[in-house]
Amino acid sequence: MKSGGSLSIWFFIGVSMLVNGILITGAGLWELASHADNPVLRLNHHASIWWGGVLLIFGAVYCYRFSPARERARNAGTP
Amino acid sequence: MTHLPALLAASTLVHLAPVDFAIIVFYFALVLAIGLYLKGRANTGEDFFMAGREMTAWVAGLAFLSANLGSLELMGWAGNAYKYGILAAHWYWIGAIPAMLFLALVMIPFYHICKTHSVPGYLKLRYGEPSRALSAISFGFMTVLMSGINMYAMAVVMKVVLGWNMHVSIWVSALTVAVYVALGGLRSAIFNEVLQFFLIWAGALLIPILGLIEAGGWSGLQARILHNLTELNVPHQGAYTHLWSTLGNFGNNPMGINWIGIVFGLGAVISMGYWTTDFLVVQRVLAAKDLRSAELAPIIGAVFKMAVPFIVILPGLLGIALLRDPQGHLIRLVDAKLAWSPAGQAQGLHGYDEVLPLMLARYCGPGLLGLGVTALMAGFMSGMAGNVSAFGTVWTYDIYGALINKNASDVSKVKIGRWCTIIGILISIVTAYFAKGMPSIMDYVQALFSFFIAPLFGTVLIGMLWKRATSAGGFWGLFAGTMSSIGMYTWVKLDPGAVKYVALSLQAQDQAQNMFRALWCGLIGALVTVIVSLLTKPKTDAELANLVYGLTPIPKTEHASLFHRPLFWAAVVAGVFVILQIVFW
Repeated sequence: MKSGGSLSIWFFIGVSMLVNGILITGAGLWELASHADNPVLRLNHHASIWWGGVLLIFGAVYCYRFSPARERARNAGTP
Repeated sequence: MTHLPALLAASTLVHLAPVDFAIIVFYFALVLAIGLYLKGRANTGEDFFMAGREMTAWVAGLAFLSANLGSLELMGWAGNAYKYGILAAHWYWIGAIPAMLFLALVMIPFYHICKTHSVPGYLKLRYGEPSRALSAISFGFMTVLMSGINMYAMAVVMKVVLGWNMHVSIWVSALTVAVYVALGGLRSAIFNEVLQFFLIWAGALLIPILGLIEAGGWSGLQARILHNLTELNVPHQGAYTHLWSTLGNFGNNPMGINWIGIVFGLGAVISMGYWTTDFLVVQRVLAAKDLRSAELAPIIGAVFKMAVPFIVILPGLLGIALLRDPQGHLIRLVDAKLAWSPAGQAQGLHGYDEVLPLMLARYCGPGLLGLGVTALMAGFMSGMAGNVSAFGTVWTYDIYGALINKNASDVSKVKIGRWCTIIGILISIVTAYFAKGMPSIMDYVQALFSFFIAPLFGTVLIGMLWKRATSAGGFWGLFAGTMSSIGMYTWVKLDPGAVKYVALSLQAQDQAQNMFRALWCGLIGALVTVIVSLLTKPKTDAELANLVYGLTPIPKTEHASLFHRPLFWAAVVAGVFVILQIVFW
């Protein structure tokens, strides 16, 4: 679904997942580097790193796939 | 913990790190940016109220589900799963999937082809103004109460998890929603609902994954639940992980219900009433770009609805199995009224509805916690925006445009719609404070549904399928159904022993009572509609064109491939639904 301009809803979702992925992965790496040890970390198996990574990759793919430039090219090609 | 001024209460469930605040602030900035970006495309009635009727099946389907996936779902049903066990999953399976498929295959063609703006709008076309007015006014009343519930639930989350003052939480979140819906209309609400759908999954999915790892899979979870409930002397321990096998008798399960109430009260009446006539969700489908997209949207919604118990019901069950205090003693959550009493607070008790935030605190460190909190906020936002945009449309077209100013121009309707958004939010804030006194959020919501939704479903369905139904029949059926529901509710409140007549058992809990009340008032409404219709004059075929079965030209789909037909995908969804009932029997 387009918004009328060149930003589709899927691009906004990509931006959200990408930014959150970067922040969460960064926080996870910081925890790892600081050798933190707490009950949450013992239960979640460094989920910040791998789950943040999943969000980052997902967001990056959506941002690329639905980028404004590609949307404009797609719209120009449709009648 | 980052030190903030007097906004913060004395204690918090968790401590937010700077990265968590960054994630939360980014979310608010993004939703406002979306509203601002879309403002330029919300200047006509069709754009503001119906998003230009250009949504694809995927967008309409995800928005359709997300509008329902509010904070009530995330917190309330996790709490109900803790309280009632896996029986709570019925509200996601038999209480949703058959109805969503029914909407897609039977009712959507009539809604779409007649080009109505709303469900009350369909009632006007089919039965006349009195039916529309009754439905619109009752819907308007219900939807702002629902908004208030969403708002209150969100404030509880913010208080428990973040330590935020409840008044600040209510006002900050409500005003954010007011801004982006007033600016961009339904399109902005839908954009943000789809965004919120992804955030909810991203933020909440870790809890069941990590919880099952810790519990030792599903069998380990079952064993722990049985052990813990036995240790705590909680009755019906074995019923907490069985979906159907304990429904043969009212006394065999923690909900005090039997299969008749689940199948007919929930599956046939309440869920049908909600998913097929509640304008909050139906509006998203009405915004689809064509009939096939409109039919596929609820089917797509049904796929993800079936998966929602994984992030809502499972955390509730994991709470029973895993929550312990720092000394290793089992934690038992209690009713909100007790938990929030001074004595309860002094003992450090937690209410059922807090199970999801407690599980969030258990598994989520910096960053993940921010995302989890954002997911809870996103659930709230989608619920609020959905109610407010639906309220604005119904008020503008079915009350203002139909009863107050019949010659209102398109421009003035858009202005009214924007003002409705603001006023609707303000009324919701008032009802949020009212909801603070209710012991359980979901029981309150279900009671409301049973007043208005069940009778409405019968009236709309009869109108779509039976051309003999008359205007008088539709109105009096709707009225009788609503009044009978309110009457039964009042009777039980005044005389608790009356529950054995309404819900067929003295052991019936609130949820069970709501199921049976919905069943009876739905039947009463339908019966009155039929009887009065047979005694009054029907409309002509010309007046009923595009509104009722037999007089509505529904496009054929034989030329489409199997994979493009909504019926095929509905069959696939139905098959998966049946498998789930068997697996969790």
